[in-house]
Amino acid sequence: MAKITIEDLKKIKERVHAETALRDGHLRVKVTVHMGTCGIASGAKEVMDSLLKEIEEAGVTDVAVTTSGCMGLCSREPLVTVEILNQEPIKYEYMNPNKMRQVFKRHVLEGEIQNPFVLARGSETQK
Amino acid sequence: MLEIALHILDIAENSTRAGARHVNIHVDEDPGRDLLTLAITDDGAGMDRETLTKALDPFYTTKKVRRVGLGLPMLAQAAASTGGGLILNSEPGKGTRLKVTFGLRHLDRQPLGDVAGAMVTLIAGNPDIDFSYCHERGEKTYVLSTEEIRKEIEDVPINHVEVLRYIRSHIAEGMNEIGSEA
Repeated sequence: MAKITIEDLKKIKERVHAETALRDGHLRVKVTVHMGTCGIASGAKEVMDSLLKEIEEAGVTDVAVTTSGCMGLCSREPLVTVEILNQEPIKYEYMNPNKMRQVFKRHVLEGEIQNPFVLARGSETQK
Repeated sequence: MLEIALHILDIAENSTRAGARHVNIHVDEDPGRDLLTLAITDDGAGMDRETLTKALDPFYTTKKVRRVGLGLPMLAQAAASTGGGLILNSEPGKGTRLKVTFGLRHLDRQPLGDVAGAMVTLIAGNPDIDFSYCHERGEKTYVLSTEEIRKEIEDVPINHVEVLRYIRSHIAEGMNEIGSEA
C-alpha cells in the first residue's frame, strides 16, 4: 500500500468540493448507532464499522452517521435508529454487521423497513 | 468488553457527554518496564470530590435511564487483573484525567484491539470535538490529531466518509510503522 500523506487529504478535499458542487448537499437519512457501554460491549463498534463500509461502497453522500449514549434498553443492544427525512424514526434491536448491511441496503437505500429486526417506531426523547 | 480500544471508545464517550471540546488519548507501550499505560484527558465539566469517589462504584451513575454505570469499573477491573490500576483526577470546570496501567506482557492483559475503528467511531459520532491519539512504543511515536486534519480539509466535514477512511488507514499505517505489538 502506498504511504498515506497529507497530500491525500488535499485530494479528498478537492474531490468532495467537486461532488458538492453537483448536488444541493441535503442529508436524506440519519443513522444513529447507540454507543453506550452496553452497546459497545455487545458489538456496536462492529455494527458501526460495517455501516461505514457500506456507505463507502455504495458511494452515497446523503446519509449522516452519528452515535448516541445508552437509552436504558441495554438488554436489546446493539440498537440502531434509522431516520429518513420527514418519516418516523425506526429503532432496530439486536443488531450485528450482517443485519446492519441488510438494513442499509433495504431500508436506508430503498426505504423498505426491515420489520423482523424492528424494536419500535418513534423517538425515545420528546421534542 | 474485551479490547482496550473498546474501553477507549467507552471512556471517551463520557468525555463528550461532559461537554469536552478536546479529548486526548495517549497510549504508551513500555517493554522495558513491562507497562502499558493509557491516559485520557479532557476539558469537560469535571467532577467534584464526592462524585469522583463514587465514579468507580458500578452502582453509581448520573444517568436516569438505568441504575448501573459499568464503564469505569470494568476498565479498573481489566487493569487490576494485570497488576495495574486506574487513577482518576478531576476538578469541576477544568476537566478530567484518567490514567490506567496494565502489565504489558501479563497473560490476562486485554489486547489493544482495533484502535483505528474506535477513533473513527468517536470522530464520526462527535464531529464538533477535537480528538488526538498518541501512541508511543519505545523511542517511536505515532500521533493523529483531528485539529491538524481540519486545517487541511477546510470546509469538508471531518465525518465525511472519505476523511474517515483516510483516518482509519492513517492509524493502521502509523501503528504498523512504530511496530506496536500491544
